[in-house]
Amino acid sequence: MYRAYFKIAFFALIFTAFATAQAQEHNGDYAFDDEIESDGGKVNTKEEIDSYIDHHLKDSHDFHLFSYSDDAGVRKHVGFSLPVIVWSSEGLKFFMSSRFHHDDDGKVLVKAGDATFTKLHSKIYELDSGATAINFDADHHPTNAHRVFDMSITKSVFGLLLIGLLMLLVFGALAKQYKTKKIPTGFGRVLEPLVLYVRDEIARPNIGETKYRKFMGYLLTVFFLIWISNLLGLTPFGFNITGQIAVTVCLALFTFIIVQFSGNKDYWMHIFWMPGVPVLMKIALIPIELIGLLTKPFSLLVRLFANITAGHVVVMGLIALMITLKAQFGIVGSTGLSIFLTLFLSVIELLVAFLQAFIFTMLSALFIGMAVAEHDHHEHAGTEEDDIDEVRERFI
Amino acid sequence: MLDLINDFSPGLFFMQALILIILIVLMRKFAWKPILNALSEREEGIAEALAAAENAKIEMANLEASNQAAAQEARAQRDEMLKDAREIKEKMIADAAGQAQEKADKIIAQAQEAIEAEKKAALADIKSQVADLSVDIAEKVTRKELSQKDAQHALIEQLLAEANI
Repeated sequence: MYRAYFKIAFFALIFTAFATAQAQEHNGDYAFDDEIESDGGKVNTKEEIDSYIDHHLKDSHDFHLFSYSDDAGVRKHVGFSLPVIVWSSEGLKFFMSSRFHHDDDGKVLVKAGDATFTKLHSKIYELDSGATAINFDADHHPTNAHRVFDMSITKSVFGLLLIGLLMLLVFGALAKQYKTKKIPTGFGRVLEPLVLYVRDEIARPNIGETKYRKFMGYLLTVFFLIWISNLLGLTPFGFNITGQIAVTVCLALFTFIIVQFSGNKDYWMHIFWMPGVPVLMKIALIPIELIGLLTKPFSLLVRLFANITAGHVVVMGLIALMITLKAQFGIVGSTGLSIFLTLFLSVIELLVAFLQAFIFTMLSALFIGMAVAEHDHHEHAGTEEDDIDEVRERFI
Repeated sequence: MLDLINDFSPGLFFMQALILIILIVLMRKFAWKPILNALSEREEGIAEALAAAENAKIEMANLEASNQAAAQEARAQRDEMLKDAREIKEKMIADAAGQAQEKADKIIAQAQEAIEAEKKAALADIKSQVADLSVDIAEKVTRKELSQKDAQHALIEQLLAEANI
């Protein structure tokens, strides 16, 4: 019953969002119009394609769906604006991103209270007091403006919220099903094996039968969050959530913190006083182990970020083939080639989307498992020696 | 690398951390905990049911074995009883036959004795009747000649003893 209400509310929300977007467009309030053709315009040359791809990879402050030229040849953009929330010198400021008029070069200034903001390469800058226009130095860095702490509901944050809501609804519904029946029906039948997969293939073997339960909440959440984010990145909505370095840093940092806080005595001993090696070696191993401590989350964050970014760049590059190869192959040839290659790569990306979620969760579980593993050194050393003797005897 | 650091948005990082924490807390409470509990409960239930089935199977096997033993025993008992009954029957038949034989022998012996006695009595009777008849006949034939009855009688007696039928 409640589920139905939720569903209706969810779709109503989406519908209103689109409706407002359309309305804004007609009112001219959300005017991504022909005056500013900095990057929402037609994409025809190699430079434009490069900058378009570059722009896509970055987070954006509005939700752009598609663009078209109307009968009068005027470029129209369809999408909706998202709220901007910044912490400036004047305190917390809130306004809609439509006030930037889709400008990304620091040309449009937005006044909110006493502070003036502008957007430059997807970043929000606050102009120093007294400045009326942004000035650049030789390297195109602004001289009279500084970046602010930008807590905006950007496209990625919007996506994350959407995914979070989706996960709560879908898995909450699954949880509810178990109250009345032992075996879920409908979509729950698809979700249950996924949960079981994370539990039985990722958490249990890596963390251990007795301790895995404590970390399941984190592992499951992260797994589905990354997976759905990756999948959403493959849709034409153009989300690039896991391709944002801040997002992957955050995820990796969570794993790092959980590992450090659940590390037992053995774990710390292996880092600062490696058992079973000479004292000199123990001292030499400390910095190596400490570096290892930090490279683990670093590898996590870079792997996810690089894989998703590379996937997006290649897919967009292949889509752009229909423009870049038009001269050589003609319209039909370049389009056909582009569609074929994009389709092929999209299938691979579909696999990568799962694989990266799996690897991230798997390695997180592995690091947690290493931190909570119980091993008795004395006994271990003893048996090892015995084994060596045994092996030697067998050889002799 | 510098671009990457430049691209890092602390605000996005903050929002992501916030969303992730809230999501983990909510998912744990409303989704993962009930799901995992239900799953492990179900698995335990299945394991128990399997163990119970295995036990039942073993019990069944035991029961069957004991049943078979009981049947075997019953069969043996039945055989024994049949054998006994047959023996008794034979014995009874033999006994009865013996008794009947004995009785028959006795009856035959009695009958023979009776016949013997009857025969003797009849002979004796016949002898006396023959004697009487002979006397009568002789008397009638020789009434006149033989007036002395006693002397005649003695003669006939003598003659009869000589004849010895």
